[in-house]
Amino acid sequence: MIFRKALKKSPWIVHYDCNSCNGCDIEILSTLTPVYDVERFGIINVGNPKHADILVVSGSVNHRNARVLKNIYDQMPHPKAVVAIGACACSGGIFKECYNTLGGVDTVIPVDVYVPGCAPRPEAIMEGILKAAEILEEKKKNMKKGEILNAAKS
Amino acid sequence: MKEIALVLLTIIIAPIIGGILTGIDRKITARMQNRFGPPILQPFYDLFKLFSKETIVVSSTQILYAFLFLVFNMVALVMFVLKMDLLLILFILAFAVTALILGAMSTNSPYSRIGAHRELICVLAYEPVLIAVIIGIYFVTGSFKINDVIKHNNFLIFELPFIFIAFTYVLTIKLRKSPFDLSTSHHAHQEIVKGITTEFAGPILGLIELGHWYELVLLLLFIGLFFAKNIIVAIIAMLLGYFLEILIDNISARLTWKIMLRLTWSIALGLALVNLIWVYIRYRVL
Repeated sequence: MIFRKALKKSPWIVHYDCNSCNGCDIEILSTLTPVYDVERFGIINVGNPKHADILVVSGSVNHRNARVLKNIYDQMPHPKAVVAIGACACSGGIFKECYNTLGGVDTVIPVDVYVPGCAPRPEAIMEGILKAAEILEEKKKNMKKGEILNAAKS
Repeated sequence: MKEIALVLLTIIIAPIIGGILTGIDRKITARMQNRFGPPILQPFYDLFKLFSKETIVVSSTQILYAFLFLVFNMVALVMFVLKMDLLLILFILAFAVTALILGAMSTNSPYSRIGAHRELICVLAYEPVLIAVIIGIYFVTGSFKINDVIKHNNFLIFELPFIFIAFTYVLTIKLRKSPFDLSTSHHAHQEIVKGITTEFAGPILGLIELGHWYELVLLLLFIGLFFAKNIIVAIIAMLLGYFLEILIDNISARLTWKIMLRLTWSIALGLALVNLIWVYIRYRVL
Protein backbone atom coordinates (compact mmCIF):
# COMPACT_ATOMS: atom_id res chain seq x y z
CA MET A 1 0.00 0.00 0.00
CA ILE A 2 2.58 2.52 1.15
CA PHE A 3 4.98 1.37 -1.58
CA ARG A 4 2.48 1.89 -4.38
CA LYS A 5 1.22 5.29 -3.24
CA ALA A 6 4.60 6.71 -2.25
CA LEU A 7 5.33 8.63 -5.46
CA LYS A 8 1.87 10.12 -5.62
CA LYS A 9 1.74 11.13 -1.98
CA SER A 10 5.01 12.94 -1.59
CA PRO A 11 5.65 15.40 -4.41
CA TRP A 12 8.47 17.75 -3.50
CA ILE A 13 8.46 20.87 -5.64
CA VAL A 14 11.17 23.23 -6.75
CA HIS A 15 9.97 26.58 -7.95
CA TYR A 16 11.62 28.59 -10.71
CA ASP A 17 10.44 32.01 -11.77
CA CYS A 18 11.37 32.53 -15.43
CA ASN A 19 10.81 36.19 -16.02
CA SER A 20 7.24 36.31 -14.73
CA CYS A 21 5.57 39.59 -13.78
CA ASN A 22 5.38 38.41 -10.15
CA GLY A 23 1.63 37.79 -10.38
CA CYS A 24 1.91 34.02 -10.79
CA ASP A 25 4.88 34.00 -8.46
CA ILE A 26 2.92 35.58 -5.63
CA GLU A 27 0.10 33.09 -6.22
CA ILE A 28 2.54 30.15 -6.03
CA LEU A 29 4.02 31.52 -2.82
CA SER A 30 0.57 32.03 -1.34
CA THR A 31 -0.20 28.40 -2.22
CA LEU A 32 2.72 27.41 -0.02
CA THR A 33 1.50 29.37 3.01
CA PRO A 34 -0.28 27.71 5.96
CA VAL A 35 -3.62 29.09 4.68
CA TYR A 36 -3.77 26.51 1.89
CA ASP A 37 -1.59 23.98 3.78
CA VAL A 38 -0.16 22.02 0.86
CA GLU A 39 1.81 19.88 3.29
CA ARG A 40 -1.35 17.86 3.96
CA PHE A 41 -0.85 16.39 0.46
CA GLY A 42 2.83 15.85 1.22
CA ILE A 43 3.89 18.74 -1.00
CA ILE A 44 7.08 20.33 0.25
CA ASN A 45 8.86 23.30 -1.27
CA VAL A 46 12.54 22.37 -1.47
CA GLY A 47 15.21 24.76 -2.67
CA ASN A 48 17.26 22.05 -4.29
CA PRO A 49 16.46 20.51 -7.71
CA LYS A 50 18.26 17.32 -6.68
CA HIS A 51 15.62 16.63 -4.03
CA ALA A 52 12.65 17.72 -6.13
CA ASP A 53 10.12 15.70 -8.14
CA ILE A 54 8.13 18.50 -9.70
CA LEU A 55 9.44 21.66 -11.31
CA VAL A 56 6.98 24.54 -11.02
CA VAL A 57 7.69 27.24 -13.58
CA SER A 58 6.06 30.62 -13.97
CA GLY A 59 6.67 33.20 -16.69
CA SER A 60 7.75 33.13 -20.32
CA VAL A 61 11.09 31.74 -21.44
CA ASN A 62 13.64 34.07 -23.04
CA HIS A 63 17.16 33.57 -24.34
CA ARG A 64 18.67 34.43 -20.97
CA ASN A 65 16.84 32.03 -18.71
CA ALA A 66 16.36 29.10 -21.11
CA ARG A 67 19.81 27.79 -20.14
CA VAL A 68 19.05 28.12 -16.41
CA LEU A 69 15.69 26.39 -16.80
CA LYS A 70 17.25 23.51 -18.76
CA ASN A 71 19.98 23.21 -16.14
CA ILE A 72 17.51 22.97 -13.25
CA TYR A 73 15.47 20.39 -15.18
CA ASP A 74 18.54 18.28 -15.93
CA GLN A 75 19.63 18.24 -12.29
CA MET A 76 16.38 16.64 -11.12
CA PRO A 77 16.48 12.86 -10.83
CA HIS A 78 13.92 10.76 -12.75
CA PRO A 79 10.95 10.42 -12.48
CA LYS A 80 10.21 14.14 -12.73
CA ALA A 81 7.38 16.33 -13.94
CA VAL A 82 7.00 19.95 -14.98
CA VAL A 83 4.06 22.23 -14.22
CA ALA A 84 3.71 25.47 -16.18
CA ILE A 85 1.88 28.10 -14.13
CA GLY A 86 0.06 30.96 -15.86
CA ALA A 87 -0.56 32.09 -19.43
CA CYS A 88 3.06 33.16 -20.03
CA ALA A 89 4.50 29.79 -18.99
CA CYS A 90 1.90 27.91 -21.04
CA SER A 91 2.32 29.71 -24.36
CA GLY A 92 4.27 32.92 -23.92
CA GLY A 93 1.12 34.90 -23.17
CA ILE A 94 1.19 38.57 -24.15
CA PHE A 95 4.95 38.30 -24.71
CA LYS A 96 4.55 35.55 -27.32
CA GLU A 97 5.66 37.55 -30.33
CA CYS A 98 8.39 39.57 -28.59
CA TYR A 99 11.84 39.40 -30.20
CA ASN A 100 13.55 38.27 -26.98
CA THR A 101 10.96 35.67 -26.00
CA LEU A 102 11.18 32.04 -27.03
CA GLY A 103 7.61 31.31 -25.94
CA GLY A 104 6.20 28.96 -23.34
CA VAL A 105 8.16 26.62 -21.10
CA ASP A 106 7.54 23.74 -23.54
CA THR A 107 9.94 25.29 -26.05
CA VAL A 108 12.82 24.30 -23.74
CA ILE A 109 11.69 21.36 -21.60
CA PRO A 110 8.73 18.93 -21.84
CA VAL A 111 5.74 20.18 -19.83
CA ASP A 112 3.31 17.71 -18.21
CA VAL A 113 0.63 19.96 -16.74
CA TYR A 114 -0.48 23.39 -17.94
CA VAL A 115 -2.23 25.64 -15.42
CA PRO A 116 -3.64 28.56 -17.44
CA GLY A 117 -4.80 31.86 -16.02
CA CYS A 118 -3.44 35.33 -15.44
CA ALA A 119 -2.77 34.68 -12.67
CA PRO A 120 -4.20 31.26 -11.73
CA ARG A 121 -5.75 30.84 -8.31
CA PRO A 122 -3.86 28.89 -5.61
CA GLU A 123 -6.48 26.13 -5.80
CA ALA A 124 -5.75 25.69 -9.50
CA ILE A 125 -2.01 25.60 -8.87
CA MET A 126 -2.51 22.99 -6.15
CA GLU A 127 -4.62 20.86 -8.48
CA GLY A 128 -1.98 21.16 -11.19
CA ILE A 129 0.75 19.98 -8.86
CA LEU A 130 -1.36 17.03 -7.70
CA LYS A 131 -2.07 16.09 -11.35
CA ALA A 132 1.67 16.15 -11.98
CA ALA A 133 2.19 13.90 -8.95
CA GLU A 134 -0.10 11.31 -10.56
CA ILE A 135 1.84 11.57 -13.81
CA LEU A 136 5.01 10.73 -11.87
CA GLU A 137 3.73 7.19 -11.36
CA GLU A 138 3.29 6.57 -15.08
CA LYS A 139 6.76 7.94 -15.64
CA LYS A 140 8.12 5.54 -13.06
CA LYS A 141 6.59 2.62 -14.98
CA ASN A 142 8.13 3.88 -18.21
CA MET A 143 11.43 4.41 -16.43
CA LYS A 144 11.66 0.69 -15.79
CA LYS A 145 11.39 0.07 -19.51
CA GLY A 146 14.11 2.66 -20.07
CA GLU A 147 11.95 4.82 -22.30
CA ILE A 148 12.37 8.10 -20.49
CA LEU A 149 16.10 7.66 -20.02
CA ASN A 150 16.52 7.07 -23.74
CA ALA A 151 14.17 9.94 -24.58
CA ALA A 152 16.19 12.28 -22.39
CA LYS A 153 19.42 11.34 -24.11
CA SER A 154 18.12 11.84 -27.65
CA MET B 1 20.69 -16.77 19.94
CA LYS B 2 18.57 -14.45 22.03
CA GLU B 3 20.94 -11.58 21.29
CA ILE B 4 20.82 -12.13 17.54
CA ALA B 5 17.03 -12.01 17.67
CA LEU B 6 17.23 -8.79 19.69
CA VAL B 7 19.61 -7.23 17.16
CA LEU B 8 17.37 -8.14 14.23
CA LEU B 9 14.30 -6.88 16.07
CA THR B 10 16.02 -3.57 16.82
CA ILE B 11 17.13 -3.08 13.22
CA ILE B 12 13.61 -3.72 11.95
CA ILE B 13 11.53 -1.93 14.59
CA ALA B 14 13.68 1.17 15.21
CA PRO B 15 13.10 2.81 11.80
CA ILE B 16 9.35 2.14 12.10
CA ILE B 17 9.27 3.89 15.48
CA GLY B 18 11.54 6.65 14.20
CA GLY B 19 9.37 7.22 11.13
CA ILE B 20 6.16 7.33 13.12
CA LEU B 21 7.72 9.74 15.61
CA THR B 22 8.83 11.97 12.73
CA GLY B 23 5.29 11.81 11.33
CA ILE B 24 3.85 12.77 14.71
CA ASP B 25 6.40 15.59 14.84
CA ARG B 26 5.15 16.93 11.51
CA LYS B 27 1.52 16.58 12.60
CA ILE B 28 2.10 18.39 15.91
CA THR B 29 4.11 21.09 14.13
CA ALA B 30 1.23 21.55 11.70
CA ARG B 31 -1.32 21.78 14.51
CA MET B 32 0.85 24.35 16.29
CA GLN B 33 0.86 26.43 13.09
CA ASN B 34 -2.94 26.05 12.82
CA ARG B 35 -2.72 23.74 9.80
CA PHE B 36 -4.19 20.28 9.25
CA GLY B 37 -0.85 18.66 8.52
CA PRO B 38 0.29 15.61 6.55
CA PRO B 39 -0.73 12.04 7.42
CA ILE B 40 1.34 10.38 10.13
CA LEU B 41 2.71 7.94 7.56
CA GLN B 42 4.07 10.83 5.47
CA PRO B 43 7.77 10.18 6.34
CA PHE B 44 7.37 6.63 4.99
CA TYR B 45 5.87 7.95 1.75
CA ASP B 46 8.82 10.32 1.46
CA LEU B 47 11.30 7.53 2.12
CA PHE B 48 9.82 5.05 -0.36
CA LYS B 49 9.54 7.79 -2.94
CA LEU B 50 13.22 8.62 -2.49
CA PHE B 51 14.11 4.95 -2.89
CA SER B 52 12.11 4.70 -6.13
CA LYS B 53 13.96 7.60 -7.74
CA GLU B 54 16.97 7.63 -10.01
CA THR B 55 20.41 7.65 -8.37
CA ILE B 56 22.43 10.76 -9.15
CA VAL B 57 25.85 11.02 -7.58
CA VAL B 58 28.43 13.73 -7.97
CA SER B 59 31.29 11.64 -6.66
CA SER B 60 30.89 7.88 -6.26
CA THR B 61 32.38 7.84 -2.73
CA GLN B 62 29.23 9.64 -1.60
CA ILE B 63 27.33 6.37 -1.71
CA LEU B 64 29.81 4.76 0.67
CA TYR B 65 29.66 7.68 3.10
CA ALA B 66 25.85 7.79 3.12
CA PHE B 67 25.83 4.05 3.72
CA LEU B 68 28.39 4.41 6.53
CA PHE B 69 26.24 7.09 8.17
CA LEU B 70 23.34 4.64 8.26
CA VAL B 71 25.46 1.69 9.41
CA PHE B 72 27.21 3.57 12.22
CA ASN B 73 23.88 4.85 13.54
CA MET B 74 22.51 1.33 13.34
CA VAL B 75 25.53 -0.09 15.19
CA ALA B 76 25.27 2.57 17.90
CA LEU B 77 21.59 1.77 18.44
CA VAL B 78 22.22 -1.99 18.50
CA MET B 79 25.00 -1.48 21.05
CA PHE B 80 22.61 0.53 23.19
CA VAL B 81 19.97 -2.19 23.04
CA LEU B 82 22.56 -4.84 23.92
CA LYS B 83 23.45 -2.65 26.95
CA MET B 84 27.08 -2.14 26.05
CA ASP B 85 29.59 0.64 26.67
CA LEU B 86 28.21 4.21 26.68
CA LEU B 87 31.54 5.78 25.76
CA LEU B 88 31.91 3.54 22.73
CA ILE B 89 28.35 4.37 21.60
CA LEU B 90 29.24 8.06 21.75
CA PHE B 91 32.36 7.52 19.63
CA ILE B 92 30.42 5.52 17.05
CA LEU B 93 27.83 8.29 16.88
CA ALA B 94 30.68 10.72 16.24
CA PHE B 95 31.87 8.41 13.44
CA ALA B 96 28.40 8.54 11.89
CA VAL B 97 28.45 12.34 11.79
CA THR B 98 31.99 12.25 10.41
CA ALA B 99 30.84 10.00 7.57
CA LEU B 100 28.11 12.50 6.72
CA ILE B 101 30.59 15.40 6.77
CA LEU B 102 33.05 13.49 4.56
CA GLY B 103 30.22 12.65 2.16
CA ALA B 104 29.32 16.33 1.87
CA MET B 105 32.97 17.36 1.54
CA SER B 106 33.64 14.82 -1.21
CA THR B 107 31.85 17.05 -3.73
CA ASN B 108 32.91 20.41 -5.08
CA SER B 109 29.56 22.05 -4.37
CA PRO B 110 29.97 25.19 -2.23
CA TYR B 111 26.55 24.74 -0.58
CA SER B 112 27.34 21.24 0.53
CA ARG B 113 30.73 22.37 1.83
CA ILE B 114 29.28 25.25 3.84
CA GLY B 115 26.84 22.73 5.30
CA ALA B 116 29.71 20.41 6.17
CA HIS B 117 31.67 23.20 7.86
CA ARG B 118 28.62 24.17 9.88
CA GLU B 119 28.08 20.54 10.86
CA LEU B 120 31.68 20.47 12.10
CA ILE B 121 30.96 23.51 14.27
CA CYS B 122 27.83 21.76 15.58
CA VAL B 123 29.92 18.71 16.47
CA LEU B 124 32.37 21.02 18.20
CA ALA B 125 29.50 22.51 20.19
CA TYR B 126 27.72 19.37 21.37
CA GLU B 127 30.45 16.77 21.68
CA PRO B 128 32.03 18.10 24.96
CA VAL B 129 28.57 18.25 26.52
CA LEU B 130 27.78 14.66 25.50
CA ILE B 131 31.10 13.52 26.97
CA ALA B 132 30.29 15.42 30.17
CA VAL B 133 26.95 13.60 30.30
CA ILE B 134 28.66 10.25 30.12
CA ILE B 135 31.33 11.19 32.66
CA GLY B 136 28.56 12.31 35.01
CA ILE B 137 26.84 8.94 34.62
CA TYR B 138 30.18 7.26 35.33
CA PHE B 139 30.74 9.27 38.51
CA VAL B 140 27.33 8.29 39.85
CA THR B 141 27.15 4.63 38.84
CA GLY B 142 30.85 3.78 38.67
CA SER B 143 30.55 2.19 35.26
CA PHE B 144 30.26 3.08 31.58
CA LYS B 145 28.20 -0.05 30.91
CA ILE B 146 24.49 0.57 30.36
CA ASN B 147 23.85 -2.72 32.13
CA ASP B 148 25.16 -1.25 35.39
CA VAL B 149 23.52 2.13 34.78
CA ILE B 150 20.10 0.45 34.60
CA LYS B 151 20.82 -1.50 37.79
CA HIS B 152 21.51 1.74 39.69
CA ASN B 153 19.01 1.92 42.53
CA ASN B 154 17.86 5.52 42.00
CA PHE B 155 16.63 7.72 39.18
CA LEU B 156 19.74 9.25 37.61
CA ILE B 157 17.84 12.51 37.09
CA PHE B 158 17.89 13.21 40.85
CA GLU B 159 21.66 13.13 40.87
CA LEU B 160 22.29 14.65 37.46
CA PRO B 161 19.56 17.30 37.00
CA PHE B 162 21.80 19.96 35.44
CA ILE B 163 23.43 17.43 33.18
CA PHE B 164 19.98 16.39 32.00
CA ILE B 165 19.14 20.01 31.17
CA ALA B 166 22.45 20.35 29.32
CA PHE B 167 21.69 17.15 27.41
CA THR B 168 18.23 18.29 26.30
CA TYR B 169 19.88 21.57 25.32
CA VAL B 170 22.33 19.91 22.92
CA LEU B 171 19.60 17.54 21.73
CA THR B 172 18.20 20.44 19.67
CA ILE B 173 21.48 20.52 17.75
CA LYS B 174 21.65 16.77 17.41
CA LEU B 175 18.04 16.44 16.19
CA ARG B 176 18.46 19.50 13.91
CA LYS B 177 15.65 21.41 15.58
CA SER B 178 15.08 25.08 15.19
CA PRO B 179 17.35 27.35 17.19
CA PHE B 180 20.39 25.39 16.11
CA ASP B 181 19.50 23.73 12.79
CA LEU B 182 22.50 25.30 11.11
CA SER B 183 23.88 22.59 8.86
CA THR B 184 20.59 21.23 7.54
CA SER B 185 17.04 20.89 8.76
CA HIS B 186 14.16 18.56 8.31
CA HIS B 187 11.37 19.05 5.78
CA ALA B 188 10.23 22.50 4.71
CA HIS B 189 12.77 24.91 6.15
CA GLN B 190 15.88 25.37 4.11
CA GLU B 191 19.41 26.25 5.09
CA ILE B 192 21.64 27.45 2.20
CA VAL B 193 19.84 25.33 -0.40
CA LYS B 194 19.82 22.23 1.82
CA GLY B 195 23.08 22.47 3.71
CA ILE B 196 24.95 19.24 4.21
CA THR B 197 22.52 17.10 2.20
CA THR B 198 22.53 19.35 -0.89
CA GLU B 199 24.45 16.93 -3.09
CA PHE B 200 22.65 13.78 -1.97
CA ALA B 201 19.71 12.77 -4.15
CA GLY B 202 17.26 9.93 -4.54
CA PRO B 203 18.06 6.66 -2.74
CA ILE B 204 21.25 8.11 -1.23
CA LEU B 205 19.20 10.79 0.51
CA GLY B 206 16.84 8.01 1.58
CA LEU B 207 19.72 6.24 3.33
CA ILE B 208 20.55 9.42 5.25
CA GLU B 209 16.89 9.89 6.19
CA LEU B 210 16.83 6.33 7.51
CA GLY B 211 20.02 7.01 9.46
CA HIS B 212 18.35 10.01 11.07
CA TRP B 213 15.49 7.81 12.28
CA TYR B 214 17.90 5.43 13.96
CA GLU B 215 19.65 8.43 15.49
CA LEU B 216 16.34 9.84 16.75
CA VAL B 217 15.45 6.57 18.52
CA LEU B 218 18.94 6.35 20.02
CA LEU B 219 18.85 9.91 21.37
CA LEU B 220 15.40 9.37 22.87
CA LEU B 221 16.75 6.23 24.55
CA PHE B 222 19.50 8.43 26.00
CA ILE B 223 16.76 10.54 27.63
CA GLY B 224 15.23 7.33 28.93
CA LEU B 225 18.56 6.39 30.50
CA PHE B 226 18.07 9.14 33.09
CA PHE B 227 14.81 7.47 34.17
CA ALA B 228 15.97 3.89 33.69
CA LYS B 229 14.75 2.65 37.09
CA ASN B 230 11.12 2.54 36.00
CA ILE B 231 10.43 1.75 32.36
CA ILE B 232 7.00 3.46 32.22
CA VAL B 233 8.43 6.68 33.65
CA ALA B 234 11.27 6.38 31.11
CA ILE B 235 8.88 6.10 28.16
CA ILE B 236 6.81 9.05 29.40
CA ALA B 237 10.01 11.08 29.83
CA MET B 238 11.15 10.22 26.30
CA LEU B 239 7.84 11.35 24.79
CA LEU B 240 7.77 14.51 26.91
CA GLY B 241 11.35 15.29 25.93
CA TYR B 242 10.51 14.84 22.26
CA PHE B 243 7.44 17.06 22.63
CA LEU B 244 9.60 19.73 24.29
CA GLU B 245 11.99 19.62 21.32
CA ILE B 246 9.08 20.07 18.89
CA LEU B 247 7.78 22.99 20.97
CA ILE B 248 11.20 24.67 20.99
CA ASP B 249 11.48 23.99 17.25
CA ASN B 250 8.26 25.88 16.64
CA ILE B 251 8.72 28.86 18.93
CA SER B 252 12.26 29.80 18.01
CA ALA B 253 14.10 31.15 14.98
CA ARG B 254 17.44 29.99 13.65
CA LEU B 255 20.53 31.46 15.31
CA THR B 256 24.01 32.00 13.88
CA TRP B 257 26.82 29.58 14.61
CA LYS B 258 28.64 32.11 16.81
CA ILE B 259 25.68 32.45 19.14
CA MET B 260 25.20 28.68 19.10
CA LEU B 261 28.81 28.03 20.11
CA ARG B 262 28.73 30.71 22.78
CA LEU B 263 25.44 29.52 24.27
CA THR B 264 26.30 25.83 24.24
CA TRP B 265 29.74 26.24 25.68
CA SER B 266 28.65 28.72 28.35
CA ILE B 267 25.21 27.52 29.42
CA ALA B 268 25.15 23.81 28.56
CA LEU B 269 28.79 23.04 29.32
CA GLY B 270 28.65 25.29 32.40
CA LEU B 271 25.60 23.45 33.78
CA ALA B 272 27.24 20.11 33.02
CA LEU B 273 30.47 21.08 34.77
CA VAL B 274 28.65 22.38 37.87
CA ASN B 275 26.83 19.06 38.10
CA LEU B 276 30.04 17.11 37.49
CA ILE B 277 31.85 18.89 40.33
CA TRP B 278 28.88 18.35 42.65
CA VAL B 279 28.70 14.64 41.83
CA TYR B 280 32.49 14.25 42.03
CA ILE B 281 32.66 15.74 45.51
CA ARG B 282 29.71 13.65 46.66
CA TYR B 283 30.86 10.28 45.35
CA ARG B 284 34.66 10.49 45.11
CA VAL B 285 35.78 12.89 47.85
CA LEU B 286 33.27 12.30 50.62
